[in-house]
Amino acid sequence: MAMRKVAVVGAGMTKFMRRAQETGRELAFQASRMALDSCEMTLDDIDAVALGTAPDAFDGLHMKGEYLSDGAGAWHKPYMRCYVGGGTGVFAAIQGWYHVASGLFDTCLVVCEEKMSSCMPHPQGAFLTIFDHTTERALKPNLIWIFALEMNRYMTMHGIEKKDIALVAVKNKRNALDHPCAQLAANITVEDVLNSEVLAWPVQRLDISPTSDGAVAIVMAAEHVAKRITDKPAWVRGVGWSLDTAYWTSRDLYYPKYVEYAARMAYDMAGITEPRKEIHVVEPYDPFDYKELHHLEGLLLADKGDAPRLTAEGVTARDGNMPVCPSGGMLGVGNPIAAAGLMKISEIFWQLRGEAGKRQVPGQPKTGLAQSWGDLMQVGCVMILGV
Amino acid sequence: MRQVAIVGVGYSGFRSITPDLSYKELMYEAAAKAYEDAGVDPRRDVESFVSVAEDFNEGTSIFDEYVPDQIGGVLKPVHTIAGDGIHGLIAAYMQVLTGAMDIVMVEAHSKASNVLTLSDVVAYAMDPVYNRPLRANPLFIAGMEMNRYLYKTGTTEEQCAQVVVKNRANGFLNPSAAYGASLSLDAVLSSEPLSHPLKRLEVSSHADGAIVMVLASGDVAQELSALPIWIMGVGWCNETPSLETRDWESATYARNSARMAYRLAGIRNPRLEIDFAEVDDTFAYKELQHMEALGLCREGEAGLLVEEGTTELDGELPLNPSGGSLGVGHLLDASGLARVLEVVLQLRGEAGQRQLEDVETGLAFGWRSIPTTSGAAVVLSI
Amino acid sequence: MSANVENFPGTPLSQADFDEGKILTTHWKPKLEYGWDAGVAISRYLAELKNGRIIGIKCSRCRSTVVPPRVVCEWCWEPMDDWVYLKDTGTVNTFSICYIRWDASRAKEPQIPAVIEIDGASKGAGILHLLDEVNADDVTIGMKVQAVWKPADERTGAITDIRYFKPT
Repeated sequence: MAMRKVAVVGAGMTKFMRRAQETGRELAFQASRMALDSCEMTLDDIDAVALGTAPDAFDGLHMKGEYLSDGAGAWHKPYMRCYVGGGTGVFAAIQGWYHVASGLFDTCLVVCEEKMSSCMPHPQGAFLTIFDHTTERALKPNLIWIFALEMNRYMTMHGIEKKDIALVAVKNKRNALDHPCAQLAANITVEDVLNSEVLAWPVQRLDISPTSDGAVAIVMAAEHVAKRITDKPAWVRGVGWSLDTAYWTSRDLYYPKYVEYAARMAYDMAGITEPRKEIHVVEPYDPFDYKELHHLEGLLLADKGDAPRLTAEGVTARDGNMPVCPSGGMLGVGNPIAAAGLMKISEIFWQLRGEAGKRQVPGQPKTGLAQSWGDLMQVGCVMILGV
Repeated sequence: MRQVAIVGVGYSGFRSITPDLSYKELMYEAAAKAYEDAGVDPRRDVESFVSVAEDFNEGTSIFDEYVPDQIGGVLKPVHTIAGDGIHGLIAAYMQVLTGAMDIVMVEAHSKASNVLTLSDVVAYAMDPVYNRPLRANPLFIAGMEMNRYLYKTGTTEEQCAQVVVKNRANGFLNPSAAYGASLSLDAVLSSEPLSHPLKRLEVSSHADGAIVMVLASGDVAQELSALPIWIMGVGWCNETPSLETRDWESATYARNSARMAYRLAGIRNPRLEIDFAEVDDTFAYKELQHMEALGLCREGEAGLLVEEGTTELDGELPLNPSGGSLGVGHLLDASGLARVLEVVLQLRGEAGQRQLEDVETGLAFGWRSIPTTSGAAVVLSI
Repeated sequence: MSANVENFPGTPLSQADFDEGKILTTHWKPKLEYGWDAGVAISRYLAELKNGRIIGIKCSRCRSTVVPPRVVCEWCWEPMDDWVYLKDTGTVNTFSICYIRWDASRAKEPQIPAVIEIDGASKGAGILHLLDEVNADDVTIGMKVQAVWKPADERTGAITDIRYFKPT
């Protein structure tokens, strides 16, 4: 049966910052209001609200979604919160998609918020509780361990060097100089990355995105409504998501199979058979520099182990053949977890509409892909938008 | 719109403690039973998986990590809803409605016995600036709401206590209920006040358990099940988390949820068209307040109806034949799905000693408990 | 970009804003305590750790032996009850050298977390643990290691009954 067409018609985001005076509710409100304003809609035009935010431990609130509901414009509305760890941002957009594609609603506001600065002494502490309470937590693991373990495996299996990976941090932080909401935009060099403080080898300070406060919102609408709202809707062409086993120590971390599965699901839905030709702009999840490379491979946009070469040759630069993270990504713009994922959807939305300003990639892209990742290096979420 | 049915249910529990099984093993038991009931293999047939969980009820951040293995969802589309079990059911329902999937499952569970500081967890859901510094036991919210509800509607404390007597008696007839009991009205009324006018026996006790349901689209449902239970309508709504500005009288979230569900189900007169209902009774007065908000009777009438026996098993409008949360036990995020479970069992004619006669359409309604104003409803028919 | 962020520029705060008392905050240290039931599979795992042994479990369909044990094979959806004692030696699958603690504070001595594929389990089946008695620069992927146990009377039935792994 023919599926209902769904489009993104508006987007808004707050500045990302280390610590905002605004509460989580206020951040959610600001992003929602900017998204509605961007398409000249009001809350009265919104049928349902989907919220993405993860872990509750950041904001220091049990049932954080309930607390945020007013800020997200959910008062008196159907309201549902989803989460898949770090994958939440793109998944929230997928949730917005199924709200509208189901036929139950014509419009859905999708809001993602994270206020990591509430967590004391440091938001990293909240991550201790993502590990298995019986078999792992007693070892006092920190979040960076698992990424260091994954990065090391990726580097060793392919013979990739740290300087090859550092290029991603250099590119993304530079791209972010053109983003008005960016937290860590900078002109840095590969040497700066290699000389930065070692946190958990091979992960160094400048390999990592920051902790942030921020919110992003998008408006999604069914075909007949979208066409009334804007003459440039960005259509959801495909969605995919996949969650791998929680027994992460039994997986070979060198390759994100779950990202491949999610991508294949999205490509199938979009009818895309040659992604490297058909995807014109990409926002893969880049909380660490090596993750952008890892994810390009999982998305089948690069051969296994070959993403560093593409980066070195400038293919993934903003003016390259396949621009990757033209926004500046999480390394440059910031990483309020769920909001950062939805920021990637927003960026694709703006790029496809030619509204990305100084960040605009050349060549009037027709199709773009946003991807997020999270949990115990376990989940891939993919959305493909097209104009 | 596509037709969607529940074609399989499975559950594990419900007991006040379950020390023999981990939460993963509880989930596995419920999932295995549901897949057996539906006649599906999760690795081959189930296209998407929805789990329902809140981090602080589990003691694990981004709990969705630990979901896929024991429900057969590894390397498949799996996501978690932080809501009531009925929100999760609706998330699964919407995915089937898109046409992208034909078979989707939903899981919710409770390991409440493992949360050693449950009331501190609930307090942690309150506004950190306005409310938490008062350092009051969050039950005060239920006490204040009950007081306002009694004041507004003229419902009596005896009528609220009667709900407890009824539901715990129903629980006696339900082998999976943890808190079946034969209580006198006096025993309920004389149990100590926790937050006036709310008394100890009017507060449901927690239980452990897991529930899994398998949903399928029309043709597939017909093939899989001799008696698919059709989802006729769903509705859900949030009012406001603010204690300062919320509607303390009439459960607006329940009224809006029901309106949406009835509209989708084409129900004009719920009093006549709904044969029985399973509605949230986390606190005894909530059953009455929800009954009114759901349009099952007029405002202020629910107390009289429970007094007259209308909502008993043999009454005209049986309410919570399972025993509700008071009789079965409160299952945290799975509570709403327990309400749905009973509606399915009753419509299938599998409710044993508590089986209602001639029921074709039932309503299930879940509420996310204090301090929320978040509810979800589903109308089911054979 | 079309985001009208100028309308909501946000209010970034610095440490000085807090130190000088310009910003008001409320503090809350939550009292969150849990006692997780270990269940059938992990109870046996912990009991065997107390005995100084690592136990895994084997799937009768795909024949893979995994650790920690679980009651169902996540790949085959096959119930598992074929318990298998594993060795307390293994191979480093991947490792890190970590200079910060779980709360992001700086550690005095680096720790070396590693995924260790346990001998006797199927290829790739490993557990998370720490390495010690080794110079950090000498650790390699593929290195053979063995468990260093606490003395029997100090073992409690926990993953920390193994103090760490060291090179063989």
